[in-house]
Amino acid sequence: MTSNEPADCPRVGVYVCHCGTNIAGTVDVAAVRDWAMERLGPHGVVVSRDYPFMCSSLGQELIEDDIRKLGLNRVVVAACSPHMHEKTFRGACERAGLNAYLCELVSIREQVSWVHTDKVAATAKAEALLAGGVLRVREQVPLEPMRVPINEATLVVGGGIAGITAAVEIAEAGFPVHLVEREPSIGGHMAQFDKTFPTLDCAACILTPKMVTAGAHPNITLHTWSEVTDVSGYVGNFTARVLHRPRYLDTDLCTGCGICQEKCPAKVVDPAFEAGIGYRKAIYRPFPQAVPRFPVLDPDNCIYFERGTCKACEKFCAPGAIRLDQQPEEVTLQVGNIVLATGFDAFDARRVEPYGYGRLANVFSSLEFERMSNASGPTGGQIVLRDGVTHPRTVAIVHCVGSRDRNYNEYCSAICCMQSMKFAHLVREHTNATVYEFYIDIRAPGKAFDEFYQRVQDEGTIFVRGRVAEVTDVLRRPEEAAEDGRLIVQVEDTLAGLQRRIPVDMVVLSVGLQPQSDAHEVARRFGITCSSEGWIIERHPKLDPVATMTEGVFAAGCALGPRDIPSSVASGAAAAARILGRIQQRELALEPIRAVIDATRCSGCRICNDLCPFSAITFDDVQAVTEVNPALCQGCGVCIAACPAGAIGGTGFSDAQILGQIEGILMFSGAADTTAVPEAIATPEAVPA
Amino acid sequence: MSVNGKYRFAMYWAASCGGCDISVINLHEAILDLAERFDIVFWPAVMDAKYADVAAMPDGSIDLTLFSGGIRNTENAELARLLRRKSAILVAFGSCATEGCIPGLANLTSTGDLLDLVYEGPSMDNPEHIRPVSHTTMPEGDLHLPALEPLLRTLDQVVEVDYRMPGCPPETERIAEVLGLLTAALDGKATLPARGSVVGAGHSTVCDECRRDRGVKHVTAFGRLHELPPLDPALCLLEQSVPCNGPATRDGCGAKCPLAGAPCIGCYGPADGVVDFGARLLSAFASVVDASEPAEIDRILDGLPDPVGQFYRFSLAGSLLRGGRAARTSQPPTATPATTPAPAMATHGATR
Amino acid sequence: MNEDVKMAPYEPVVLAFTCNWCSYRAADLAGTARIKYPPNVRLVRLMCSGRIDPTFVLKAFASGADGVMMTGCWPADCHYRVQNVKALRRFELLRRVLEQLGIEPERFQRFYASAAEGQQLAAEFSRMIEVVRPLGPLSWGRLPDVAPDLEALGQDDAQADLVALEAVG
Repeated sequence: MTSNEPADCPRVGVYVCHCGTNIAGTVDVAAVRDWAMERLGPHGVVVSRDYPFMCSSLGQELIEDDIRKLGLNRVVVAACSPHMHEKTFRGACERAGLNAYLCELVSIREQVSWVHTDKVAATAKAEALLAGGVLRVREQVPLEPMRVPINEATLVVGGGIAGITAAVEIAEAGFPVHLVEREPSIGGHMAQFDKTFPTLDCAACILTPKMVTAGAHPNITLHTWSEVTDVSGYVGNFTARVLHRPRYLDTDLCTGCGICQEKCPAKVVDPAFEAGIGYRKAIYRPFPQAVPRFPVLDPDNCIYFERGTCKACEKFCAPGAIRLDQQPEEVTLQVGNIVLATGFDAFDARRVEPYGYGRLANVFSSLEFERMSNASGPTGGQIVLRDGVTHPRTVAIVHCVGSRDRNYNEYCSAICCMQSMKFAHLVREHTNATVYEFYIDIRAPGKAFDEFYQRVQDEGTIFVRGRVAEVTDVLRRPEEAAEDGRLIVQVEDTLAGLQRRIPVDMVVLSVGLQPQSDAHEVARRFGITCSSEGWIIERHPKLDPVATMTEGVFAAGCALGPRDIPSSVASGAAAAARILGRIQQRELALEPIRAVIDATRCSGCRICNDLCPFSAITFDDVQAVTEVNPALCQGCGVCIAACPAGAIGGTGFSDAQILGQIEGILMFSGAADTTAVPEAIATPEAVPA
Repeated sequence: MSVNGKYRFAMYWAASCGGCDISVINLHEAILDLAERFDIVFWPAVMDAKYADVAAMPDGSIDLTLFSGGIRNTENAELARLLRRKSAILVAFGSCATEGCIPGLANLTSTGDLLDLVYEGPSMDNPEHIRPVSHTTMPEGDLHLPALEPLLRTLDQVVEVDYRMPGCPPETERIAEVLGLLTAALDGKATLPARGSVVGAGHSTVCDECRRDRGVKHVTAFGRLHELPPLDPALCLLEQSVPCNGPATRDGCGAKCPLAGAPCIGCYGPADGVVDFGARLLSAFASVVDASEPAEIDRILDGLPDPVGQFYRFSLAGSLLRGGRAARTSQPPTATPATTPAPAMATHGATR
Repeated sequence: MNEDVKMAPYEPVVLAFTCNWCSYRAADLAGTARIKYPPNVRLVRLMCSGRIDPTFVLKAFASGADGVMMTGCWPADCHYRVQNVKALRRFELLRRVLEQLGIEPERFQRFYASAAEGQQLAAEFSRMIEVVRPLGPLSWGRLPDVAPDLEALGQDDAQADLVALEAVG
């Protein structure tokens, strides 16, 4: 309890904001002001004012003056949402010498004036909410924010372009970064692409220098072929366990010469980097510019691990770096902040059965096409059919596969229109083929994007507005006999108003982007939330797009939702900037909303022990009482509500405060004046059974 | 204080079973110590007295009054107010006075239904549908009977109470301690506890006194003793699916029930600062249910067929809702007689 | 009692508990988007639906609410990971207790709303009010306490008490 601001002698100042006409247009602010003085006077209100814009400096000065001159020890502002201006009014109180947590902001804008039309009822509701605020604030006690030191190391999870950007920015500023990537090399999906829209930069050319920087930077520690298995702690003080999967070689000795890969006799389809249309060996580097340059051995496809023979890699390795008995290794990292840049997964086109992906040989996914078009890909940059030889004469590119579709994903995947048009351009660059684009809308919002669309049209690409109904090899009409062996694209051309069956040789499906398949699990591991689809939820979709609701954990890139490379880079840099700001401040002030256990009243029943997802609750066997670690406690209040002895209290949201608020809100409830007591007891017939 | 230098003591039973009085008498020979220090000026359970005599006492002249029983009728309410005026220290004694206890469960019913149950029950022959009334005029004069109030109330819902002593009944050892403390305080040799506080009990809960082993709770069923396999005497009852109210019930009783293998039923009331005892129990039980799917939660909760009985057995009258909705249909007690004058009802005992 | 007092037509009052991260933000979003709903709903902001102590709900009904809502994040999306499950368990048990005490289950409902679901939350508020309205006022705070003839005597009237006691004695 407070010493210099006793709750039993409350002196409450009430301030009713007009917010221009935002509030005053619906709520009779003058009436609320007078009502507060008259009806809440007995509850401690000593002054009640109204003002057009309380958040302005003049509005704040009203509060500050009253605190100093009238000796206010509690302040209630009836204005906008606490998420808008709680800090503003807390600041005003602090400047006047009143503890910031003795101020309560009651929302009569988002909660009242903006959502109700009946002015009488709105005013009555504003009064009720204000009464709730006054009764609540009387129970509030001075609090101090908790200050935690910030460890200057950062953990970046995901080595795609967003993660690399974040890592390099922080490293360049002089602070250590751990970059964890679960593939053998950093680079992410961008390393698989051929050219990038709209500039047609070669993806590898612009990416690999960044990869090299990240790999060579003294402040960056790469953990590739690794995963984060556990995270505990809190902002400024996270402990992360990282599992290094065995590469089966000693990276101190490996020179990256590539002999092992060359001599390995086990050749398998590469489902990851080559998107399933190319091969790799059992010991392999995913691509030549891989960072780090060390290969990995895939034990599931290795002859030695299967049968105990071969060991060609070991034989031919000059520095003797092969270690076939290598075990996974776990390391523990201490970091202050975390960036999740775990990227996206591609929609599985097999799910759209009518498009025949996986059944019809010459239906390709966009990632397959990227690899095909890439000069260092499995076809050497040749656009060819599944037989590896034949060039297509006609190519169909289908937009929105798995996107904007209630059967699969309702959202738009943002990049596929530009990607599809890029494909059209690349096809015409590599072949003489006729290219059809089947689209619903063309989304080309970025810089030079629409110009690229014009260019692709000028190059002769045929755009058909219509959702492809079916890709089939079954001929239906006698005229189609000549197309035997080809694919038919059935589509309604909505601009021409016709059904069309267009014979093509190759179909490329622009599949949508999806969250990674383990997105929910990862979210839980890092203590953040993701939407039901699996995209990470940002703290505010407009104003705080790289922070999560969890202090110290940020997100960047496609993990937040589909976006293109410039956006991913921007978000990675933004996350880095936020973290650098924190690191520079050396410590962070946390909201003092915490659970506190009174050990004299705790009986050690242990009912609360299993209720804390943040491991803030521990049981002291010696004293036989439970304790809360204030640094780990996130203030959810579940244990407070659970304690059967009422031994757990909560700062910021105590029982007394909430019960006071409930009482205040309902004391003058209803649009009618209920201070007149109606018929005291209902007759038996009137009461529902 | 009396002229003989003894302090003055009173004990009253309102709507009660008499167990609180018995618990005091269970002081056995130590009751003589009480009699040595106190003049017993009013204790209807053990000796004859007249209300008029109490009314004639100077205000505040009774040094210590133990008031047991809930406020069920107008007589109880009158005596509560009378004894408040006449007492220096008024203790709400026992669960009935502090939280309503078992008589408080009548708050689940309207007074009309209560009277129907008694006066129209299967063992009653009442063709004229006679009900008691609070006032009737006879040729001999006016007759008054105490009237049932619409709800049973706790003592502190009627008058200001100095101390509350919980228990059904309060344990005799605790009573001896409290009497010793209050006597010493009256002697000026000890300080009185803060007005309004609980005396004769601990400040934690029964788990503090219970010696069973406790671990993290994962309850997948609730059952009654006869439905469950034989219990492990060393392990927490709640962890063995027995609905034990110990975690929320104030300590001071010695945890006698759980240590004897019976679940605590909550007679010592809530811990300090608790607004609604039943709510604490409800929250505790819900917190240990080991399920997250609604169907599974329902299955486990079906093991508590009477949650109000489980959580509010002793505290209903003192809870936030104070009773059930049916009680709101209670008619105010009638002052006017029935159409035919009721036969004069014999009053029991000259004390009334 | 006061037949001469003009009573306005009955409007139910519903108290809704919201959680800071999801449903309260949804309510804010409804406000920003100017989505309209009836003024019968009053919100209390908590950090998490898991903070909802049954005491709060009982207090709300005892203080005059005709309905109470528990709103929070969707099951897998709780900002504090799994705490809305704990709220769910308390909700189920509390509903049973309220029903036993004669409060219809329709008066106590729960609703999930993510921070993006302002429209849905506003619609749910409107729906709840219309569900509670036909049930009539709960008016819990107006329990009959004292017998009227004692009121006439006055609470502290020693003489009257004495008279009353002599009359029975």
